[in-house]
Amino acid sequence: MSLPVAEENLEQHLPLEFSDEKESIKITGFWMFLVTDVLIFGSLFSSYAVYRSAFAQGPTPNQLFTFGPVILETLLLLTSSFTIGLAIYAMRKQNKKALMAWLVVTLLLGAGFVTSEVHDFVGYVASGATWHQSGFLSAFFFLVGTHGAHVTFGILWAVTLLIQVARRGLTPITARKLFTFSLYWHFLDIVWIFIFTFVYLNGKIV
Amino acid sequence: MPSFVQYLIRTLFPHDVLRPTELGADVMILATGVIIVYYLTKQKKWLYLWNEWLTTVDHKKIAVMYLIAAVAMLFRGGVDALMLRTNLALPTTPVISDLEYNQVFTTHGTIMIFFMAMPFIFALFNAVVPLMIGARDVAFPRLNAMSFWLFAFGALLLNISFVIGGSPDAGWTAYPPYTGLLFNPGPGENYYFLSLLIAGIGTTMTGVNFLVTTLRMRAPGMTLMKMPMFIWATMATSALILFAFPPLTVALAMSLFDRLFGSSFFTLAHGGLPMMYVNLFWLFGHPEVYIVVLPPFGIFSEVVATFSRKALFGYSVMVVSIISIMFLAYGTWVHHFFTMGAGPAVNAFFGLSTMLIAIPTGVKIFNWIFTMWGGRIRLTTAMLYQLAFIPTFVIGGATGILLATVPADYQLHNTYFLIAHFHNVLIGGTLFGLLSGMYYWWPKMFGHKLNERQGQWAFWLYFIGFWVTFGPQYLLGLKGMTRRIYTYPLGFGWHELNVISTVGAFIMGAGFVVMVYNVVWSLKYGEKDLTGDPWDGRTLEWALPSPVPEYNFARIPVVTARDAWWDMKQKGQTLANSLRPEDMRTIELPKNTPVPFLLGLAFFVVGFGMTFQWWVIVAFGAAGVVASLVYSAFDYDEHKHVGAEVIRRTEAALGRLQG
Repeated sequence: MSLPVAEENLEQHLPLEFSDEKESIKITGFWMFLVTDVLIFGSLFSSYAVYRSAFAQGPTPNQLFTFGPVILETLLLLTSSFTIGLAIYAMRKQNKKALMAWLVVTLLLGAGFVTSEVHDFVGYVASGATWHQSGFLSAFFFLVGTHGAHVTFGILWAVTLLIQVARRGLTPITARKLFTFSLYWHFLDIVWIFIFTFVYLNGKIV
Repeated sequence: MPSFVQYLIRTLFPHDVLRPTELGADVMILATGVIIVYYLTKQKKWLYLWNEWLTTVDHKKIAVMYLIAAVAMLFRGGVDALMLRTNLALPTTPVISDLEYNQVFTTHGTIMIFFMAMPFIFALFNAVVPLMIGARDVAFPRLNAMSFWLFAFGALLLNISFVIGGSPDAGWTAYPPYTGLLFNPGPGENYYFLSLLIAGIGTTMTGVNFLVTTLRMRAPGMTLMKMPMFIWATMATSALILFAFPPLTVALAMSLFDRLFGSSFFTLAHGGLPMMYVNLFWLFGHPEVYIVVLPPFGIFSEVVATFSRKALFGYSVMVVSIISIMFLAYGTWVHHFFTMGAGPAVNAFFGLSTMLIAIPTGVKIFNWIFTMWGGRIRLTTAMLYQLAFIPTFVIGGATGILLATVPADYQLHNTYFLIAHFHNVLIGGTLFGLLSGMYYWWPKMFGHKLNERQGQWAFWLYFIGFWVTFGPQYLLGLKGMTRRIYTYPLGFGWHELNVISTVGAFIMGAGFVVMVYNVVWSLKYGEKDLTGDPWDGRTLEWALPSPVPEYNFARIPVVTARDAWWDMKQKGQTLANSLRPEDMRTIELPKNTPVPFLLGLAFFVVGFGMTFQWWVIVAFGAAGVVASLVYSAFDYDEHKHVGAEVIRRTEAALGRLQG
């Protein structure tokens, strides 16, 4: 009696990025990677909560933060989350030009965010609020800096994606890469909402 | 001599790496290196090494490399242990100094946990998991190779600390302020943090890889409740890794920033909170205990069923208990530092949650015993480890319950009672389990059995040596001997027990020597496994020839029952001789790539540069990391195809085709 065996490639009707089984598995993998990143930020947020009042000789949040640039950064990043959504929408419509245009807009918004944040950090350090000053400042720079580093990495990643899409067009592989990038970008946006609430709003108001 | 040469010599070879033991190690490392290079050149094996091993993405070869690394690290960690034990047997004439003792117990713990137990587990995951679930490889073969090379170069970074610059010496837990710059200015702790960070990235990716592999790569018909228990263990372990390693990464990074970049996380002078490190570390550290013990639970579940010729007793209860252990593992970390003084409510909570874990663990113990009940038991080496594991682990668990009792813990904290307890579970549980798995799956990995008689000699030496070593340590703990002391006064009545314990350690060392002899002897004379199913196994890996061809399954089988291979054998539908030549299809396989190796090397350069704060070297390494990643992003040539004709010939040569 011969053994039942599986067929190698089954036809399925799914969005482009899920259409190839191997690529679809990579999307699952990326979700799992995001879990570890959630845990990284979870550890950073809980550390920040513990260090929140360890001011030592350094300034308090209320003395340190100014709302203007933080609001600007929030607007830039939230808008970029919308534009990456439009980019993926264009990808689903097989519109390569619109996809690339929205991706470039997303990048520029991200770059604006990073520029403003670096400007903030330089200002803090210039005023003497280095992370050597207190546990609070150490935790603050580590948490917000890790987020900023993620955004910077995302920008560089997206540049390589732009080149790949320009060269190869929309294939299951490039579509999967763009889709995982959009997951990453939305994730950073959600993290920023928590930073805005628990670090800046909380530090300014409470 | 130019001044920078003097500076280099002073930095790389300070006083504490120029002791006789270190110089001896230097000579041995150099000699081994020269012999390897000479052999590879003489035999013209450099290309073979590069093409077949360093650039491979085949899970079966990665498994072999993990196994070699793990056994080498078991040797290093074991020699460390013997040095510690020798010192404690001779309290009046210490063989090594207090400072060296600190370094040796630090590297012993670090190596055994991170660079012996973890790679040993990943060796067995890689060797078995894809075969058991009927897959051609893991979900992400390249990522798998990257994980391995990050681990390997991380291990290398920690190990060179012994001869270049000085070893870490703040214990394997590396608590501040012992690791603070103020008290520990040398490069040793930098080595520790950087090597664990690098290896930790690799481990986290392995967790992602095997979670996705077990979730998405199973053969058709293998539903969750038809998975072998080892696959359940893999899944639970991977999930634990996913949730446990990020807090460790954060804790290590904070300590490193304190040392290199002047942050104030753990320095009291600037509002730092050292206990935050301890919390984050054990938030990782306790799940880590289950990361290293759940895979052995999975191994034992396979071994006991095979060698009792019975299906595993209470499969669904086993699944529930493994999942509940997974969740409970996150709720117990404070029991490592009850003496922090968090107050009775907190301590009571963590004491109770710790005791709760005994329930699912106890369920598993009973189910293994009931599996044996009425079975036809074969006392192979793998099965002997299982039989030794049950009483050993029960005693280790029971002393764990004692330690979870908060008032008792205040007495026993950081005494030899604790040392005996965790070696009891780590050797009795983890090491026995991994060795059992090694003997069980060795024929599948290498195509021949390990000699049983020698294997049983090694087993008895390990088992007896273990109890002679750690039995007395319980008593020493009750007599008040604390951990991490390099000598003690004679009047405390500790000496005799310490001598017995040291004798036991050397018996275990003899066990290791016999095991290595067993492996080397069997490579040459071991009984060849021609059937692919030497133990009359139950799970799919035994359906394949040993060693397994590169593509694993010529055709992926459809699974209809829990012990899939056993079920097929009962129905007379074996993979062997059931496929016709015209059934063969072209198979897509991952293609070799040098990127993982180069990425690991680049990370090593970054780590080495940072250890000594030589930023030019760090910049070179970082450029290498970026280059590897960018190259890999633009590399679309990931797969190769093995034609149907090739597979037909291979399978026919193995005698596995009809006609």
